[in-house]
Amino acid sequence: METQIKIRDLNVYYNKVHALKDINLDLPRGQITVIVGPSGCGKSTLLKTLNRFHDLADDTQVTGHVELDGVDLYAPDVEVTEVRTKVGLIAQRPFPLPMSIFENVAYGMRIHKLARGKELRDKVKHYLEVAGLWDEVKGRLNTPARDLSIGQQQRLCLARGLAVEPEVILGDEPTSSLDPISAKFIEERLEELKKDYTVVLVSHVLRQARHLADYLVFMYLGEVVEAGPAEQVLNAPKNDRTRAYLQGEFY
Amino acid sequence: MQNTQDSKLHTQARRIRKDELAARNYRLAASFPLFLLLIMVVGFFLRTQPLLEHSSVWEILSGMQWRPSAGEFGLLTFISGTLSVTLLALLLAAPLCMLTSLFLVEYAKRRALTAILPAIDLLAGIPSVVYGVWGLLVIVPLVPQISSFVQPWLGSIPLFAANNPTGYSILSGGIVLAVMISPIIISVSIEVLRSVPDGLRHGSLALGATRWQTIKKVVLPRAMPGLIAAIVMGLSRAFGETLAVMMVVGNTPLIPRSIFDPGYPLTALIANNYGEMMSIPLYDSALMGAALLLLVIVIIFNLGAALVLIRANRRAQV
Repeated sequence: METQIKIRDLNVYYNKVHALKDINLDLPRGQITVIVGPSGCGKSTLLKTLNRFHDLADDTQVTGHVELDGVDLYAPDVEVTEVRTKVGLIAQRPFPLPMSIFENVAYGMRIHKLARGKELRDKVKHYLEVAGLWDEVKGRLNTPARDLSIGQQQRLCLARGLAVEPEVILGDEPTSSLDPISAKFIEERLEELKKDYTVVLVSHVLRQARHLADYLVFMYLGEVVEAGPAEQVLNAPKNDRTRAYLQGEFY
Repeated sequence: MQNTQDSKLHTQARRIRKDELAARNYRLAASFPLFLLLIMVVGFFLRTQPLLEHSSVWEILSGMQWRPSAGEFGLLTFISGTLSVTLLALLLAAPLCMLTSLFLVEYAKRRALTAILPAIDLLAGIPSVVYGVWGLLVIVPLVPQISSFVQPWLGSIPLFAANNPTGYSILSGGIVLAVMISPIIISVSIEVLRSVPDGLRHGSLALGATRWQTIKKVVLPRAMPGLIAAIVMGLSRAFGETLAVMMVVGNTPLIPRSIFDPGYPLTALIANNYGEMMSIPLYDSALMGAALLLLVIVIIFNLGAALVLIRANRRAQV
C-alpha cells in the first residue's frame, strides 16, 4: 500500500477542549478509508483537518502536520483554496447552490477557470454521468437544483465536487440523510471512484464500513485506537475497545 | 356508566366551543390594526374633501405654488423635497449598510458581531431630536466645506451646483437621515445574511472558492430579496422621519436642483404649519391632504417590502 495522506502529531482544540489527541496516520492511495467510532469521538473533526475546514472557525486550533503527497497542507505558503480544490468534501446533508443544476456543476470549473464553452458543457455532462445523475436530469439542466430529490441532490454535490478535479474525496457521513436506495447508490459510486481517487469516509454505520472499507480507522475519545487494513481490523482487532465497538457493545 | 359518558361528551363539546370562541375573538383582535389603518385613511380622506372640491388632485400634486392666503396649495415642491432627501439618504446608507452587514456576518469574528449588535440597536433607539441637534452642530457647518471642496470638479454639473451658501440643504438632511436609517437596515440585513445556511457557504468553500466568490455567487443571490426588503424598510422609515430632517434641511419651498439646495419635505410642512393660520380656509384640508399622501407613499413602499419578503421566504425553503 502506498501512502497518500500522512498525518503526524495532529492535535485539534475547540476553545480549550482537546478534540483530537496526537493523531498519527498513513492513509492509502486509491483506497477507501473509513473512520468509525462512537459519536463525539472526533471523526468529523479529523476529516475536517484534511481540507482545512477548521480555518473557518474562530476558536479552533490545529497543530501538527497533514501531508498530501509530501506537501504539508498547513505550511504557510500553501493556499487554502488550493487545498480544497485537491481535497473535495461531500457533506452530511446536500446543499445545492442557489442556481441551476448545470450551474451547480459548472460552478467550481468556472471559479477555477478549468473550462469554458463547449468544453465546460461536455465536462458537466461527464461529471453528471460519473455521479449517476445524467439520465435523470439531462432534460432539465436549467431548472433550479433545489427541485431535485435529496438523493439526487447528494449525487449533484458529488458531481460538483468531482468537477474541480480533486485527488482526494472526503465524505462526512454522506449517506446518513438519505433513504436506503439513494444511500446504496452513493456507496456504489464511491466504490467505483476509488479507481481514480482516494476516498476518506466518516461513518457511524458499521454495515457501511464493513462493506466499503479497504482501510479502517477506529477512533475513541479523540484518539486513534486502531488503524489498519479493513480485513485485519474487522476480523482480528488488536484492541479490546475496537472489538467491543465492532460487536456493537457501544455506539 | 351512561352518565359518565354523557358528562365526558359534554366537556368535549364545551372544550370545542371555547376553542371556537377564542378563534373568533383572536381574529377580531388581529384585524384591529388593519381597522386602525382604515380609519386613518378614511379620516384623512374626508378632511381632504374640501380641498378636493376646490382644486383637482392633479392640480394639487403638480402645483408648484404654496400660497395658502391666495388659495394655492401645490404640493410638488414638498413631494420633491421628500423624495430627494429620502433618495439621497438611501444612496448614502444602502451601500455602506450592505458592506457593514456583509463584513460582520461573513468576515468578522463572532465576538465582533456580538459586540457591535448592541451598539447598532442603541443607535436605533436615540431620539430623533438628538440626531437633529447633531446635524445642526456637525453636518450643517460641514456641508458648505464639502460644497466648496467639490466645486472645482463637479461645480458645472447642476446636481452639485452651489447656489446656497448655508449648510441647510438636501445633503444635510440626507446625511442625517442616512445615519438614522442605517441601524434598521444593518440589523435586518444581518438577520437576512445569517439566515443563509452555513451548509451553502461550506459547499462553495469546499470547492476551493474564496470567501468573496462565495459571497458573490452563493450568499448574495440567496439573500438578495431579503436585503432589498431591508433597504425598503429603511426607505419607509426615511419617508416618515420629520424632526431631525426639518432641523437641517432649510425648509424653503423650492424644487431642489442641487444637493446643496435647501428643500422642504412633506413631513416638515405638516409639522411646521399645523395649528397655525387655521383661519385660512382649506389650509387644514391641504395639510390633511399632505398627510394622506405621505401615508399612501409609506403604505405602497411597505406593501412592496412585504411582497419582496414573501418571495424571499419562499426561496429560502429549499
